[in-house]
Amino acid sequence: MPRFVEWDQARAREIIAAHALLDGPVLPIFHALLEEFGYIHEEAISLVASDLNLSRAEIHGTVSFYHDFRRKPAGRHVLKLCRAEACQSMNGPQIARDLLAKLGVDWGETTSDGALTVEPVYCLGLCACAPSALYDGEPIGRLDAERLDAVVREARSI
Amino acid sequence: MALIKEIDYGTPIRRTKKVLTLTIDGQSVTVPVGTSVMAAAMALGTEIPKLCATDTLEPFGSCRLCLVEIEGRRETPASCTTPVEEGMVVRTQTDRLAKLRRGVMELYISDHPLDCLTCSANGDCELQDMAGAVGLREVRYGYAGAGHLDAPKDTSNPYFTFEDSKCIVCSRCVRACEEVQGTFALTIQGRGFDSRVSPGGMDFFGSECVSCGACVQACPTATLNENSVIETGTPEHSVITTCAYCGVGCSFKAEMRGTMVVRMVPYKHGKANEGHSCVKGRFAWGYATHKDRMTKPMIREKITDPWREVSWEEAIERAAGELKRIQAKYGRDSIGGITSSRCTNEETFLVQKLVRAAFGNNNVDTCARVCHSPTGYGLKTTLGTSAGTHDFASVDQADVIIVIGANPTDGHPVFASRMKRRLREGARLIVIDPRRIDLVRSPHIEADYHLPLKPGANVAMINALAHVIVTEGLVDEEYVRERCEVDAFESWARFVADERHSPEAVEDITGVPAADIRGAARLYATGGNAAIYYGLGVTEHSQGSTMVMGMANIAMATGNIGKPGTGVNPLRGQNNVQGSCDMGSFPHEFSGYRHVSDDATRQMFETLWGVSLLSEPGLRIPNMLDEAVSGSFKALYIQGEDIAQSDPDTQHVTAALKAMEFVVIQDIFLNETAKYAHVFLPGSSFLEKDGTFTNAERRINRVRKVMPPLGGLADWEATMALSNALGYLMNYSHPSEIMDEIARLTPTFAGVSYEKLDRLGSIQWPCNDAAPSGTPMMHVDRFVRGKGKFMITEFVPTEERTGPRFPLILTTGRILSQYNVGAQTRRTENSRWHEEDVLEIHPFDAESRGILDGDLVSLESRSGDIALRAQISERMQPGVVYTTFHHAKTGANVITTDYSDWATNCPEYKVTAVQVRRTNRPSDWQARFYEEDLALKRIDANMKAAE
Repeated sequence: MPRFVEWDQARAREIIAAHALLDGPVLPIFHALLEEFGYIHEEAISLVASDLNLSRAEIHGTVSFYHDFRRKPAGRHVLKLCRAEACQSMNGPQIARDLLAKLGVDWGETTSDGALTVEPVYCLGLCACAPSALYDGEPIGRLDAERLDAVVREARSI
Repeated sequence: MALIKEIDYGTPIRRTKKVLTLTIDGQSVTVPVGTSVMAAAMALGTEIPKLCATDTLEPFGSCRLCLVEIEGRRETPASCTTPVEEGMVVRTQTDRLAKLRRGVMELYISDHPLDCLTCSANGDCELQDMAGAVGLREVRYGYAGAGHLDAPKDTSNPYFTFEDSKCIVCSRCVRACEEVQGTFALTIQGRGFDSRVSPGGMDFFGSECVSCGACVQACPTATLNENSVIETGTPEHSVITTCAYCGVGCSFKAEMRGTMVVRMVPYKHGKANEGHSCVKGRFAWGYATHKDRMTKPMIREKITDPWREVSWEEAIERAAGELKRIQAKYGRDSIGGITSSRCTNEETFLVQKLVRAAFGNNNVDTCARVCHSPTGYGLKTTLGTSAGTHDFASVDQADVIIVIGANPTDGHPVFASRMKRRLREGARLIVIDPRRIDLVRSPHIEADYHLPLKPGANVAMINALAHVIVTEGLVDEEYVRERCEVDAFESWARFVADERHSPEAVEDITGVPAADIRGAARLYATGGNAAIYYGLGVTEHSQGSTMVMGMANIAMATGNIGKPGTGVNPLRGQNNVQGSCDMGSFPHEFSGYRHVSDDATRQMFETLWGVSLLSEPGLRIPNMLDEAVSGSFKALYIQGEDIAQSDPDTQHVTAALKAMEFVVIQDIFLNETAKYAHVFLPGSSFLEKDGTFTNAERRINRVRKVMPPLGGLADWEATMALSNALGYLMNYSHPSEIMDEIARLTPTFAGVSYEKLDRLGSIQWPCNDAAPSGTPMMHVDRFVRGKGKFMITEFVPTEERTGPRFPLILTTGRILSQYNVGAQTRRTENSRWHEEDVLEIHPFDAESRGILDGDLVSLESRSGDIALRAQISERMQPGVVYTTFHHAKTGANVITTDYSDWATNCPEYKVTAVQVRRTNRPSDWQARFYEEDLALKRIDANMKAAE
């Protein structure tokens, strides 16, 4: 079963309406939209703007500030590799380069089979077990090629 | 003359009465509480380096250049965000500060192109100035790292370019769009190093931007710069003048190179606009030197002849000769003149003087006839003066605002920005309009009540509001007792209290739920200071004057006149429509609204002018046209007005023009009316003459000449020449002498002179011994007429009815980028926002007629039919369609009828019964228009070639 549903304007409006009365509803709305659709559809900007009576530019400014509010669907799974200082000092860059080369993608891209999107992240607070990563929201510590192979295998299996 | 640079205090000037004293760099300064350290320093003339601060915007504190040292504080706070305190000791220049500032500048410059010599802002760049001010000599970081130097330009807006590579991300543009304009079209996109200014992730033209220019003005670098500056270079001198578009009357600095305008920049000391502008005044001035400008006088025997260019002498001689001949043959009253609300007060005054003194009759009228004549009538009857009650600044203190039949964000954008700022501060809003205009709901603004009444139901609506106020005990009885005629109030109160005026009883007429009307009435009466702003949606009805009186009634009943934040204020359409009315353009009134039958007034004019004047009113425009068709009115002199496009029932207008023996047109373009003219006198634009315009708040603003008249004579000089040729001598060497004459003859202008205008900047009439500096707010302690007079306002439905043949109601209006008949704006890039007039139609009405968005449709009334494209819009209510009249070729006024206001003949533009159906061709009128456009605008080719 897919984790996300197809973009649907009516459903988006329900989500917006459900959060509209919150104090500062913009971020909760986009989190909810992300949860539902897996990404922020272009139309969502105008919808949220008009439903909250804000300008499109304001909403664009907010959404573009947060990398997590992705504007295109991700692969079936998302791997975020930490590129902050501690992980860099623990051979993180080499491990990342090798993985990207092996998958034939660049940062932010998705493998051709749609299984895995690889993104950078700047510090997960897991410096003690650097280099670290986040796989579909689950932390992984002490990364090496072997662990990453396992992640890729799992991603491709489902 | 030099370039005028206004002082920038860095943060807004606070107007609190309480003051405190501090010391800056050893000098003591006393400033209002709430002033920033930066502004206090500037008050001493000490300029603290700054980039993100400018005094039109609230402080932001992001550039970190304005750091100062304050005794007793360890850190170096930003002077823009630090309010002054009593006894504070500030140092603005120390070694530590110099080092910090230089370090900040180094970071800025490490990601900024160093192409100053070829940069469009060279010499007009605050970044450049600040680099100099902080003594930047090297950039330690070099240019090898990542940068934004290759960022692409956005040239989508026709008037300015966004050059991202030069952006320092100070957010001044973003804040200007929010705080000054209130559109919120800009944002900072991304984060960290990727933070860029963006109109919402698209180009400027496709974005929410309304091209007001506030961002361009706020930009400290070349990032947002006018294309005219990019093309020609920076200006060398400026002249303060007044915009010639709407009745807001914005002050501008015309920034010049010689006699060429480089740009128009809104002037901070202009009291109507306080440094703000809209797309028309700021950018759409190129028409003034457009290739279509007529610069030679022309004559012809018959309208089917081609025009022949002649000397001024020959043209004037022909005009005077024909006018005299016609008067000799058909009588003194067979000719008349029309003054222009686009021309100056002085020119308008001169045209009516020409008619009364040289023509010897009172056949003078003005285009205010077709817009705000009911305002004059209604407000004079109830309050005693034919003008709005308050200045624009008053809206800053309004708690409740009613907008009736006006669309300020399109028609009066600079005032709308001010109103929107007040609404964002929490003022409540009631919109009474058949259409869902932008004010009803747009970013950060939402009306508490939108009462989408049916066109033509205004008076029923105002009576219902009054009914609620009276029957629910919301009348301010003390105010009414003290300030109004009590008998008139009591009979009015009895009248509106009648059950037939209740919101419930008139629901069928207004089409608005009674509960909303009750809510709106309660809010208006009890919400604090309540102000009414209205437009042509009030006046251009068969009961326009009644509605104006109805609004004055509820304002008096609730005590909402005479104090800040209240009032009844017309939003005037044209730059000088207030002025043209003040100047005696009406057939029944001398300047200052004094009736021609008033012996004392007439005698004063007769003495000064040395002629005897008629005591009987002359013909109004519609009467002139009717009598032309019937054969007794034979000749007309029209200055700067295009009645063949702007007046209702075009076919009647053109039939009347064709029936006249002789028509003189004075205009900057060969307009539609000129097709029927025999003499054409080239007019002068507002850039080519001195004079004054009077805006909607009665503010007399100076218009200053920045270039010589392209046709050789300013309009006042042409009128003078015509008068002299007719044998009535006029001898003015400068418009200031005309103003002196106006002041001598007009009590409300008694204290006005060019010297005083230059000194004060502007003056709101009345200006006389009692109010030597003018009168921002009228009716403060008592009404001008003494006691306010409540008037009975019986609702009488218009005779224009929908029926099986014409089931829909057409209402007309305008849009932001185009102005009135479009003669100016159509000759600018503004047309890119609005290339043609379209018919807005509700989806329900469109669907039942099989009309799709963009279809060509035929619009037909009992007056005529035209074809135009349909735009399906939920702004409309079912049963009502809407269009604009900006394009002559559309012919919107072919549709409108000859019904008019009972008191003033102001046409009923806002209600016409129509039918709409799909079509595949232009209407017969339009086809004929194309033919006549070619046939009647010909200029003799040989003449042209011989030049």
